[in-house]
Amino acid sequence: MTKTVNQKAWLLVLPVFAVVAFSAVLPLMTVVNYSFQDTFGNNQFFWNGLGWFQELLDPSTQFGERFLDSLWRNLLFSAIILAIEVPLGIAVALSMPREGRSVAFCLVLMALPLLIPWNVVGTIWQVFARTDIGLLGATLNSLGIDYNYAGSALAAWVTIVTMDVWHWTSLVALLCYAGLKSIPDAYYQAARIDGASQWAIFRTIQLPKMRRVLLIAVLLRFMDSFMIYTEPFVLTGGGPGNATTFLSIDLVKLALGQFDLGRAAAMSLVYNLIILSVCWVFYTVMTNVDAGNRTVLADDPADAAAAGSLAPATTIPLDRRAA
Amino acid sequence: MRPRHVVMTLYLLFLMVPIYWLVNMSLKTNQEINSGMTLWPHAITFDNYIRIFTDPSWYGGYLNSLSYVAINTVLSIGLALPAAYAFSRYSFIGDKHLFFWLLSNRMAPPAVFALPFFNLYSAVGLFDTPWAVALAHCLFNVPLAVWILEGFMSGVPREIDETAAIDGYSFPRFFAKIFMPLIASGIGVAAFFCFMFSWVELLLARTLTSVDAKPIAATMTRTVSAAGMDWGLLAAAGVLTIVPGALVIWFVRNYIAKGFALGRV
Repeated sequence: MTKTVNQKAWLLVLPVFAVVAFSAVLPLMTVVNYSFQDTFGNNQFFWNGLGWFQELLDPSTQFGERFLDSLWRNLLFSAIILAIEVPLGIAVALSMPREGRSVAFCLVLMALPLLIPWNVVGTIWQVFARTDIGLLGATLNSLGIDYNYAGSALAAWVTIVTMDVWHWTSLVALLCYAGLKSIPDAYYQAARIDGASQWAIFRTIQLPKMRRVLLIAVLLRFMDSFMIYTEPFVLTGGGPGNATTFLSIDLVKLALGQFDLGRAAAMSLVYNLIILSVCWVFYTVMTNVDAGNRTVLADDPADAAAAGSLAPATTIPLDRRAA
Repeated sequence: MRPRHVVMTLYLLFLMVPIYWLVNMSLKTNQEINSGMTLWPHAITFDNYIRIFTDPSWYGGYLNSLSYVAINTVLSIGLALPAAYAFSRYSFIGDKHLFFWLLSNRMAPPAVFALPFFNLYSAVGLFDTPWAVALAHCLFNVPLAVWILEGFMSGVPREIDETAAIDGYSFPRFFAKIFMPLIASGIGVAAFFCFMFSWVELLLARTLTSVDAKPIAATMTRTVSAAGMDWGLLAAAGVLTIVPGALVIWFVRNYIAKGFALGRV
């Protein structure tokens, strides 16, 4: 569909622009303002230039070390989360029942964790994993496994990762399920005629068709795990020690706990820049995939028509590469 | 049993067991909770729930949460409808950049905005009102709503717009009478996601309120630290926060898959 050029369309966008600018640009200006200044209280501010940023990015200072530690911790966490949730989400999506009432039943149960307030997610896992009153903690201890998420860093990590898998795998699974639903039956029929194995069907039909939704799933999961705050805050409070202090927890401690405005502002800006650049990379990749899809889509009716006789299953990946 | 049934069953069990434990806990007395593990409540008590429904500081929290979630959902959808129409139908100077900028706000960490929001809303006198939280949540819900609605609107053929114009419909009448019913399911999906993300968020909601507009989530955290460990009450409050979400899912279950199918969440 080609769009008409119409500059008056700006008028329709204006309200959204105004509201988002009010809640995004205005606060960010405050942050930028703070990040270049120092204060001794009393609302007296002094120009500090790039001082905070130099300190932030220099690992030899205390502040820089703290920032880099939580940055690495957060990146590691995001990597673990993606490595578990994406394959698991695909597996669950592939295991969805094909039709009938059980589809709605599974969908509702799966979506349930997504609608639980994040602090309640923390609470659920707290009462579930505690060694004195929790089913998980008490069971593990009675099996002779030394498990206490409040005491050992490893146990805290395992608990938080399990909690996040519990909380968010459904999102990946639902996205993949939607991607799978959009595959026309003709593809499967063609694969059956070819005598393709389950694995071949997955590799050549399902995975390529899920590429777009998978990209979105990875983007969302990366972003949300990169700014995770509430769940670990309720569960461990960032402890034991600093073992589970992720970027957002650290930032809130700095900004609202210690009111260290200059450092917190500098950290906010760097944090935001990291997110913005990752977002941009994904957006570019996604737009390219979209553009690719569109040319492939144009071939689709032909594919589907030919599917009965020809068997495009093995040629689909080639098509995609060409696109 | 086929392997895929096993995977699904195990996964659903994994999801449900912690929730079961919370429900189980909420029906016990604190005495039973502390005196050792029981897999189901031996003496079922509804005291925890009764306390929440009779104490204004508890049920007030639910009302506060629901009020800012409702304001936010209406606001987000109302603002996003015309903008999404513009993005789906017209090209104009800076449209791609604007779209990316909007989306990038969906990804912005709330922790970055907590302190400046506190300053901003205190300055304009909205601090500790549901409006502050509702407006703050617009930061990520408005872009989300624009994104979802744009997807649904692009699925409606342009010819409909043109035919309506020829038939003498003015733009606002066309939009309200013809176009909105066509994308009703899209509006439903967008509203669902606005509800969801506003309902689950705590950091901004807690930072922007103190007494009058305190959300239930914040009530829970405070009471836990103040009253020692009243696990039964905490669990009951937790169960009650799951209920609205569960109801909403049940009503929109047939649309969810459609919304996800567009890959726009």
